[in-house]
Amino acid sequence: MADLQAIASQVRRDILRMVHAVSSGHPGGSLGCADLLTYLYNERLTLNASSFTMDALNEDLFFLSNGHISPVWYSVLARSGFFPVEELATFRKISSRLQGHPSVDKNLPGIRMASGSLGQGLSVAIGAATTKKMQGDDSMVYCLMGDGELQEGQVWEAAMYAGSKKINNLIGIIDYNNRQIDGDVSDVMGIMPLSDKWTAFGWDVYHMDGHSFDSMREVFATVDSNKSNGMPKMIIMKTEMGKGVDFMMGTHKWHGSAPNDEQLATALAQLPETLGDY
Amino acid sequence: MALKTFGNKDTRSGFGEGLRLLGETNPDVVALCADLTGSLKMDAFQKNHPDRFFQIGIAEANMIGIAAGMTIGGKIPFTGTFANFSTSRVYDQIRQSVAYSRKNVKICASHAGLTLGEDGATHQVLEDIGMMRMLPNMTVVVPADYNQTLQATLAIAAWDGPVYLRFGRPSVPIFTPEDAVFQIGKADLLVHGTDVTIIACGHMVWKALEAQVQLADKGISAEVINMHTIKPLDTEAILSSVAKTGCVVTAEEHMMNGGLGDAVAQVLSKSSPAPQEFVAVNDTFGESGTPNELLKKYHLETTDIVQAAERVLARKN
Repeated sequence: MADLQAIASQVRRDILRMVHAVSSGHPGGSLGCADLLTYLYNERLTLNASSFTMDALNEDLFFLSNGHISPVWYSVLARSGFFPVEELATFRKISSRLQGHPSVDKNLPGIRMASGSLGQGLSVAIGAATTKKMQGDDSMVYCLMGDGELQEGQVWEAAMYAGSKKINNLIGIIDYNNRQIDGDVSDVMGIMPLSDKWTAFGWDVYHMDGHSFDSMREVFATVDSNKSNGMPKMIIMKTEMGKGVDFMMGTHKWHGSAPNDEQLATALAQLPETLGDY
Repeated sequence: MALKTFGNKDTRSGFGEGLRLLGETNPDVVALCADLTGSLKMDAFQKNHPDRFFQIGIAEANMIGIAAGMTIGGKIPFTGTFANFSTSRVYDQIRQSVAYSRKNVKICASHAGLTLGEDGATHQVLEDIGMMRMLPNMTVVVPADYNQTLQATLAIAAWDGPVYLRFGRPSVPIFTPEDAVFQIGKADLLVHGTDVTIIACGHMVWKALEAQVQLADKGISAEVINMHTIKPLDTEAILSSVAKTGCVVTAEEHMMNGGLGDAVAQVLSKSSPAPQEFVAVNDTFGESGTPNELLKKYHLETTDIVQAAERVLARKN
């Protein structure tokens, strides 16, 4: 089994170096989801990284609805073999396949839907899950959303549909860090009670520690054991925005700003280089 | 000269019949509707293929997203609702999840334009052609009658990529033959003429034909083109006709800004500028009324095309 801690440390280094290189991007939420994506792509998802196809028959599908945390996705995709790790150096640069927000426009392997304009991913995931059902493909569809993103109305259209129509091959994950650009989610526009909302919409709700691989293994095992209950699953994943870099935690300040040279050095010193920087 | 018709029917029924046929012939076709199944004439598909029909409820944004996701794995989703809710209500969903993501979704829109009638301006979208043709990767098809809408529905299923298909509510004359070949991006030259070119789409094509007859009575020879595809636009058809006639009238049940007229003007101004008159709604919302009252009030009648032709002829020399 892969050493997930080691991979996650490298992913965090990649994130910081990517956003630093172009002085833009979203490190905070990327760092916060580094453990989840490391777990999903190295231990959980059934995928074929070496021969990417858009249709992905008999593969699990992952959709990133909060597309602004593209750095973590790009790093994990590259480290999982979808495209060369060196390509991370092109992030947000002209003519790159690694757009600021994920796109399929430039045919980057691993990505099947543009995201960035928030609130759309869950609907897309429902559609993909529905097609899988029609085709007798019993693999699963995953969709990660931000907690601030839940302020978008379309999310609740999708929530109502999936609960009502029993889309049971769908696993939603909420990155619950209580931070968004303008401050704490609870101050900007409260989303509580979060668990009750999803339950009321017909979802089977779970809670997970987004920085504990043991918690992830345990929760996903429970999700699997409840697969036959016919409900879509929603995992509320508690995370810390900026996780892994001391000065980036405990604030929303690093949602969408990049470290300078000095800050990068301080941050990298906290994260061992395990797989080799790109 | 009397114009030949095959009776009258609404274009939305052409869509419904096309979708029904696709249900029988193409197992990848799925249909989604936002609580307007009867209005969109999707009932037959729903009845015949309940496993491939998805009632989304009154949630158009979710419908577009689900349709986009369904393409992953090879389905060909047809979404159905009124034109306003198919476009302006869900523009960002179409932009990001369909057009930018190059998803093979067919956005099928009924009740377009003023001829929706009594419901009034909230439902009478007049900007949809403009919005849709501005999107990269989007194909925009506006068929003229029942038969053509049926054929267009079949054609867009075979076309790889996002499509906006626009049709309407009222019963209008059927004039295209049942077996006419429909080719996306290839305009129909309906009547040859030498003095003025009339380029129309949708419900206005029949009125263009009527105008051509009235102009002939006045000794004016009008060429009539059915520009059923707004994007990709058949520029060759426009340029070769205007090279002959030297002036053009465009006619559409749409806002003057952004629609067929603008598209034609762009082609002409780039390579062979010619006088042009626009029969279209001039920067105003619609209102309640019968379809015919609205067409009269907003100057989308046959006589408006005739007068526009006379105006543009006067500007030609």
